Amino acid sequence: MTDSKYFTTTKKGEIFELKAELNSDKKEKKKEAVKKVIASMTVGKDVSALFPDVVNCMQTDNLELKKLVYLYLMNYAKSQPDMAIMAVNTFVKDCEDPNPLIRALAVRTMGCIRVDKITEYLCEPLRKCLKDEDPYVRKTAAVCVAKLHDINAQLVEDQGFLDTLKDLISDSNPMVVANAVAALSEIAESHPSSNLLDLNPQSINKLLTALNECTEWGQIFILDCLANYMPKDDREAQSICERVTPRLSHANSAVVLSAVKVLMKFMEMLSKDLDYYGTLLKKLAPPLVTLLSAEPELQYVALRNINLIVQKRPEILKHEMKVFFVKYNDPIYVKLEKLDIMIRLASQANIAQVLAELKEYATEVDVDFVRKAVRAIGRCAIKVEQSAERCVSTLLDLIQTKVNYVVQEAIVVIKDIFRKYPNKYESVIATLCENLDSLDEPEARAAMIWIVGEYAERIDNADELLESFLEGFHDESTQVQLQLLTAIVKLFLKKPTETQELVQQVLSLATQDSDNPDLRDRGYIYWRLLSTDPVAAKEVVLAEKPLISEETDLIEPTLLDELICYIGTLASVYHKPPSAFVEGSRGVLHKGLPPRTGSIEGPESPDTAPSGEPAADQPSVIPTQGDLLGDLLNLDLGPPVTGPPMATSTVPMGAVDLLGGGLDSLIGGSGSFTAAPSSTAPTNVGAPLGSGLGDLFDLTAGVGTLSGSYVAPKTVWLPAMKAKGLEISGTFSRQVGSISMDLVLTNKALQVMSDFAIQFNRNSFGLAPAAPLQVHAPLAPNQSVEISLPLNTVGSVMKMDPLNNLQVAVKNNIDVFYFSTLYPLHILFVEDGKMERQMFLATWKDIPNENETQFQIKDCSLNADAVSSKLQGSNIFTIAKRNVEGQDMLYQSLKLTNGIWVLAELRIQPSNPSFMLSLKCRAPEVSQYIYQAYETILKN
Amino acid sequence: MIGGLFIYNHKGEVLISRVYRDDIGRNAVDAFRVNVIHARQQVRSPVTNIARTSFFHVKRSNIWLAAVTKQNVNAAMVFEFLYKMCDVMTAYFGKISEENIKNNFVLIYELLDEILDFGYPQNSETGALKTFITQQGIKSQTKEEQSQITSQVTGQIGWRREGIKYRRNELFLDVLESVNLLMSPQGQVLSAHVSGRVVMKSYLSGMPECKFGMNDKIVIEKQGKGTADETGKSGKQSIAIDDCTFHQCVRLSKFDSERSISFIPPDGEFELMRYRTTKDIILPFRVIPLVREVGRTKLEVKVVIKSNFKPSLLAQKIEVRIPTPLNTSGVQVICMKGKAKYKASENAIVWKIKRMAGMKESQISAEIELLPTNDKKKWARPPISMNFEVPFAPSGLKVQSRVDVRGTHPMPWREEDEKGTGAADTVSSPSGWSESCTEKPGGDIGRCHLGRQDDRRGWPGGHEHT
Repeated sequence: MTDSKYFTTTKKGEIFELKAELNSDKKEKKKEAVKKVIASMTVGKDVSALFPDVVNCMQTDNLELKKLVYLYLMNYAKSQPDMAIMAVNTFVKDCEDPNPLIRALAVRTMGCIRVDKITEYLCEPLRKCLKDEDPYVRKTAAVCVAKLHDINAQLVEDQGFLDTLKDLISDSNPMVVANAVAALSEIAESHPSSNLLDLNPQSINKLLTALNECTEWGQIFILDCLANYMPKDDREAQSICERVTPRLSHANSAVVLSAVKVLMKFMEMLSKDLDYYGTLLKKLAPPLVTLLSAEPELQYVALRNINLIVQKRPEILKHEMKVFFVKYNDPIYVKLEKLDIMIRLASQANIAQVLAELKEYATEVDVDFVRKAVRAIGRCAIKVEQSAERCVSTLLDLIQTKVNYVVQEAIVVIKDIFRKYPNKYESVIATLCENLDSLDEPEARAAMIWIVGEYAERIDNADELLESFLEGFHDESTQVQLQLLTAIVKLFLKKPTETQELVQQVLSLATQDSDNPDLRDRGYIYWRLLSTDPVAAKEVVLAEKPLISEETDLIEPTLLDELICYIGTLASVYHKPPSAFVEGSRGVLHKGLPPRTGSIEGPESPDTAPSGEPAADQPSVIPTQGDLLGDLLNLDLGPPVTGPPMATSTVPMGAVDLLGGGLDSLIGGSGSFTAAPSSTAPTNVGAPLGSGLGDLFDLTAGVGTLSGSYVAPKTVWLPAMKAKGLEISGTFSRQVGSISMDLVLTNKALQVMSDFAIQFNRNSFGLAPAAPLQVHAPLAPNQSVEISLPLNTVGSVMKMDPLNNLQVAVKNNIDVFYFSTLYPLHILFVEDGKMERQMFLATWKDIPNENETQFQIKDCSLNADAVSSKLQGSNIFTIAKRNVEGQDMLYQSLKLTNGIWVLAELRIQPSNPSFMLSLKCRAPEVSQYIYQAYETILKN
Repeated sequence: MIGGLFIYNHKGEVLISRVYRDDIGRNAVDAFRVNVIHARQQVRSPVTNIARTSFFHVKRSNIWLAAVTKQNVNAAMVFEFLYKMCDVMTAYFGKISEENIKNNFVLIYELLDEILDFGYPQNSETGALKTFITQQGIKSQTKEEQSQITSQVTGQIGWRREGIKYRRNELFLDVLESVNLLMSPQGQVLSAHVSGRVVMKSYLSGMPECKFGMNDKIVIEKQGKGTADETGKSGKQSIAIDDCTFHQCVRLSKFDSERSISFIPPDGEFELMRYRTTKDIILPFRVIPLVREVGRTKLEVKVVIKSNFKPSLLAQKIEVRIPTPLNTSGVQVICMKGKAKYKASENAIVWKIKRMAGMKESQISAEIELLPTNDKKKWARPPISMNFEVPFAPSGLKVQSRVDVRGTHPMPWREEDEKGTGAADTVSSPSGWSESCTEKPGGDIGRCHLGRQDDRRGWPGGHEHT
């Protein structure tokens, strides 16, 4: 008999017919009818009208029929809650059935019916089933607790199911243990601060024993749970690792990856001198390679994870380059991932092989793959200096193929190679120029134009080439327009005589005929620069550019550490923390690697770069050419401009206010900005620089001497009267990058308090406790305890009013108490909030004037330097200081934990105790709170 | 965890839809259809995120299986589960096709209810499932039978049921190897590795304790003299295995400490282990392709194969598959040995040779007529593939096993009769064509492909029978 016929009934009056059949006396007919109903349900038809008739079929001895009815119930119970209650009796009865399979089926199904009334009836049967003699029923009941918790968390707690679930971790049956672990882990995830999964050496031991005995899926649950455990010392970490390593030989890739996760995490705690550390490193490579012989989808997951592992611990796979070579029949997603890893593993030792492979790939059929391969060749050139020459010649070979997209991609990467190795490979420019006409993608056109402009003096017909682009100026993309403008100005500065007409043409196209503000602004800057002082223009526009660094698109270290804790999961596939794609509170608990112990390196190691890499090699990303900031770098970095000091600032403020007054004086006027004390600028600063510079150096020298920001005295947040005798007072502080909430808990009641826990409501900046509230001993009456609760900012975000409002819940053995407090915003100012000068300029200009807010800070008697250093302590950085007409102007920047930059201009008049504060920020709603922070810091 | 599971036909119509979690709505079914199955551009990742919902999919023939979730699930587990799901369905009703799925949808729902609870995978071993999901109802079971079922489903040996009886106890071992080979245009081997599988067919009574030995270097060191004698007896050398993985029946902690592979096998056929090795690989064949383009409408192909093993050994069932361009209009083939045919539907010339002794050589030449075409897309030049059986394993792996059937007579150490299949490799041709060999897991035969210019890669396969 086939069931496919059920899919084909589509006539009208079907529901009516089904109704009749469902009420038939014949069992067979009933069953047929239910099958038809399920088939309709599957294809999306609404058959909820049949609810009473289907439920009537539930009382049956036929298990197949019963299962079908249950399936129907799970789908429609929610939409028909009143009628669903009809089913309760049958469920309760089934939970008493002598057949364990039926008992389990009933409890499993009941948990899937999300109707309050049914849930109430579920409690008793569930309690029995959790203690059932049959393991099959117990393992089903364990999952059912998680289901019930999802529907009604309070009910689960009140009924004491959590304790029963905890007991199941010691069950004699491994599958019951595994399901209990899975259920507890899930419940614990929605209560980050609760100590639900109370992992201690004893329970860990039980889990490790069950690990050897349970199903492959159970092993995954247990390993994923183990990964959340924090061993107390390196010896415990090692002994867990030893018992987990055999899992690396499991046929199930998920078991292997979860084991790798546990090992990668606990390895952090092992000393590198340990023999075992080396053994473990060696043991990790083969299973990772073996994952590449799995099915393609799993290979994809494995490769995304290997990408992380290679960044965290490059030593593991450094000799395994060959296994990442692309195979003919790999799906495209596997090919692209392999390519990424090949570049990460490329080194001087294997570069010849890698290049030979990449050259092959560049002749394949798939366009995306070919493009990525060409780009990879460029990245090899930048990464491995010895190979640069070979890479360039390979790229030239590829350009000769005349395959359009290959040529364009090659030109884009050659531009980067020029940036990395100036004055080495310019001989290839002639070849590049031959392909000018075939370029149709903006990125490639922009790259080519950059090359022509940059090397205009070596290209005889540079003016003709650029002029040819100019014809269709308005049809070009912004990227190309900006690049063309800069290139022609460069050309003009190099060959002023022949190209005057051209430069005028482009300046007028950019400033008068364009609607694009970026383009207009840049046009005006050049125009003014050229007309005011061509010598200065030359030094600015043709300044030496910083070299680009070698590693690109590395994952930021803290994110990498977090992702290592998520090996095997979706987060590791997306390379994003779970909070980026998971809704609600689930899974947003921030995870981090354990600190290394027993190591000679000291406590600072967990967050530092992968071992063996000196800190100086901190990679950064190549700025995209044509991007505004990138180009401003072109403009402004370089030797100090020796322009006439104050002359330009007298330009009247007219239509081009920013250009004329503010900006000009900022760039060239006072001099303090141009002398960037960065490593790229010469150290002996020219004489014309104003006195501001000295101060500036002083300022920068002062960085880092102050370790923490201003801490307000503790205030009472929760009076004892409102909290049954618990008084909480506290304050917030920030010390070397970590925020903490310093609390004093005082017991003013007559009974002992214990079991403290704390939780935050969602708030504007995602503040959340980084660790559970630890009160070690019960708090006796009249005793108080001081606690510093570390906070992080990865919690869920919800805009509060006022913005800095924080709602807190504190629980103890007596009750749960709620209070709210305002936190000072300066605890959120991060340490790297110092903006580059030119970045500051660009950003200040970029932020619309409507976003500017002004405040007055009254009654402050400090001088400018004292203000700077005081603010610096709270991570408000002074980028420059200048003196205009007797007033001190401080330009400052700060960054909030969520990445919002705030720029400030602080005007201080020596005689006047009131300061003027102008704040510019893309999120103007924070300005008011920043002002409050300023006031607090300056006045204390 | 997994929030829901959908099965679609090639048109995107839902055949099975089972939702496990409240956060997955009915619209998820449509979201996947619209964004993946009906997507304008072929989706380039097996994981897709649509509106904060993640979809994992695998395709079997033209059937789509999709798992959906809104949480940060263990992605590797989801895929392993989808594969397992396919295995279970295949074990129940054969090939996964639209017709079979429609015919068995009630069974599939029953299975889905059992093997996935609230999105957590449960015991999914067919051996165990078949004892109580039968589509026959389980009314007639006695109490003992019921508790036997539940203890098996939840027990430590979930893959085998008690009380299996065979009149003749038999055990078969197949060693299937595929050699992956990459050569430079000069014929130098750049990389080669064997990935092998040991497939076991067990028809044994009771709860048999099996022990499995192999001539792996570390094993021999660990086992010391006793086994060394045994390997010495068979006159074979030890090999170095890079890595191996085992079926869940194998006691991994025991393997880790003693390198002994001990287990109670499931009944019937299963994959006991997989392994990889990169050292001392014997390449049984060389394939030398020569391709010449004569004008724009003609292609001349000549392929030479050389057997590269002892003349006393015999390779069997050799099949060479030479891909032809899509615009082929006709082919003329001449071969010295065996039979060759152009198969237009497969875009390939298939050349079959019944048997071939070691150190021999044979060749085929073909003239391929092409239709003139404007198609700009170039032909990807797929590799030549080659399938065959040879009586040795390219990696040199040897297997010994010992079985104790509880309650019956123990079977003593029994030397497995070695027979195997081997592999092919390649040499470059002046035209710059290349070829490679492959063996799909599951096939008994190695294959060899015509490949890209400049280099050649191969996956020749090996195979042993008992």
